[in-house]
Amino acid sequence: MKYQSQMVAKPYFIAAIGLFLGQILFGLIMGLQYVVGDFLFPEIPFNVARMVHTNLLIVWLLFGFMGAAYYLIPEESERELHSPKLAMVMFWIFLAAGVMTILGYLFVPYATLAEMTGNNLLATMGREFLEQPLPTKVGIVVVALAMLYNLSMTVLRGRKTAINLVMLVGLWGLAIFFLFSFYNPGNIVKDKYFWWWVVHLWVEGVWELIMGAMLAFVLIKVTGVDREVIEKWLYVIIAMALITGLIGTGHHYYWIGAPEYWQWWGSVFSALEPIPFFMMTVFAFNMVNRRRREHPNKAAVLWALGTGVMAFLGAGVWGFLHTLAPVNFYTHGSQITAAHGHMAFYGAYVMVVITMISYTMPLMRGRAANSPLAQVVEMWSFWLMTVAMVFITLFLTAAGILQIWLQRISDQPMSFMAAQDQVALFYWLREGAGVIFLIGLLLYIGSFFIKGKAATAD
Amino acid sequence: MWFFILAELLVFGIFFLAYAFARTHNVELFNASQLELDRASGVINTVLLISSSYFVVLAVSRIRRGHSRSCASWLITAMTCGAAFLVLKLSEFSGKIEAGINMSTNTFYMFYLGLGFFHFMHVVLGMIILGAVTLKAWRGGYSAADHAGVETGAAYWHMVDLVWIVLFPLIYILN
Repeated sequence: MKYQSQMVAKPYFIAAIGLFLGQILFGLIMGLQYVVGDFLFPEIPFNVARMVHTNLLIVWLLFGFMGAAYYLIPEESERELHSPKLAMVMFWIFLAAGVMTILGYLFVPYATLAEMTGNNLLATMGREFLEQPLPTKVGIVVVALAMLYNLSMTVLRGRKTAINLVMLVGLWGLAIFFLFSFYNPGNIVKDKYFWWWVVHLWVEGVWELIMGAMLAFVLIKVTGVDREVIEKWLYVIIAMALITGLIGTGHHYYWIGAPEYWQWWGSVFSALEPIPFFMMTVFAFNMVNRRRREHPNKAAVLWALGTGVMAFLGAGVWGFLHTLAPVNFYTHGSQITAAHGHMAFYGAYVMVVITMISYTMPLMRGRAANSPLAQVVEMWSFWLMTVAMVFITLFLTAAGILQIWLQRISDQPMSFMAAQDQVALFYWLREGAGVIFLIGLLLYIGSFFIKGKAATAD
Repeated sequence: MWFFILAELLVFGIFFLAYAFARTHNVELFNASQLELDRASGVINTVLLISSSYFVVLAVSRIRRGHSRSCASWLITAMTCGAAFLVLKLSEFSGKIEAGINMSTNTFYMFYLGLGFFHFMHVVLGMIILGAVTLKAWRGGYSAADHAGVETGAAYWHMVDLVWIVLFPLIYILN
């Protein structure tokens, strides 16, 4: 660690991991509710569990991105963070807002929560992933703006590199597109249309810039490959991500009442969206093969390679599976979507945040790498979580195929709930894989507490 | 840059295939709508783009001999052709829009307007690239030994031209 102010990343990462654990616990609760419908009812209804599961995911990834930015930007800019104090204040505000929001979801009926938090002044609630009460949304904007001010000032006065510029553009984009969450037109077509400007343009647009920058940063550090080579890759990857991802938004417009031409434009552009992800895989492996040094932090290298592969499979391959309009006509909103969502979020964003945490945490704790034992445990957690996620995805895909057949293709189509009963076996298997994932996560958390002498390069 | 050019060609290639596919399902509609297009304007535009590509070739050959100013002049000539292309294309589009035609009119017009506009934006981008190269050439930023920038800009412009050479017969003529 070169600059003292990079330490502000630490609480962000700790909070991220804590909320990650919460996300997985609620995922397990909800997974069980798929097969045992009244599990924990009425304390935690399915819709609340789902909201907590998805919102925690978003919030902890945001914590991860912010922590990564606070670590990466000073180092790339070769100067201390503009205001570490502001970063810490924002951390507590964001954590308090996040925790309050989740407690609100759990202990107050959603309609009452909406009433209490001024949804009648400006109605923004009640939409998938954007369920947050108005004060939380405003809080997110305030925290994001303060962070952008802090980081932009750091970059403006310091060295400008491809990595910190791409990271900064990604974070600015994240903040700007979030503003569409305040736009809630009465027309349901327009509502969905612009809702995707937050959801799609985040995960298939600007977040890819953030991911690319984080991956490039870690790869420079652990491989020692020339910056020029890595930056060239980064530029090509993000250009491809933006070219395909922006017009690729059209793959959400097929059946919502938007003009029909989106079926063509959405299909063609989103069919190319796997390319940047495939390039990330090639990029990661290529750089590691051409490494000029053996970095003692083997676990971080493993996560960096893993994120390339899993992002390509989850976002690229599983996305392509159902992105073409004639296919999506049948698969829309089925368990295929859930399969894709799980592996894509894990492979692209969860793993890249963990890559960053894995690389930076030992440095912030005063060593180049953790002890060999801690790293072995961490690598076990990598394989357990990753393999578990592969199985979750496969089981959901199987459930999805069967569901589509029974509900939409067969001679006598079943109702939604009747079809759900028929795929229950796969939900049980998915729940089992989810338990393995939780064990992997607990091992991962445990690896932070394993002491011992720091590993050396060989 | 070669990577981008290949990626661009891939996108256009997929669209051309999609066009062919859509056409086989709707031959009559495509033929009928096609006759409503302004072929003369299409032909002039083709000539303009092919000429501009030739001027870009001349510009590259000039810089290879180290003639910066003459290179820049040929690039300006090429860009003038490009600008004329854009003006003609705009008048074509505005004619269609005045006639109440848009991307939702039918599948043929979806392709005609969509692909045409997408290509139009590439011409604009190509002009920006050539403009930047011209400016640098005019200031003597390239030499006989070092002129990779001119060749890169030229390659992009030829790609834009190449796409049009496929697009024009496909959409305007092939019946």
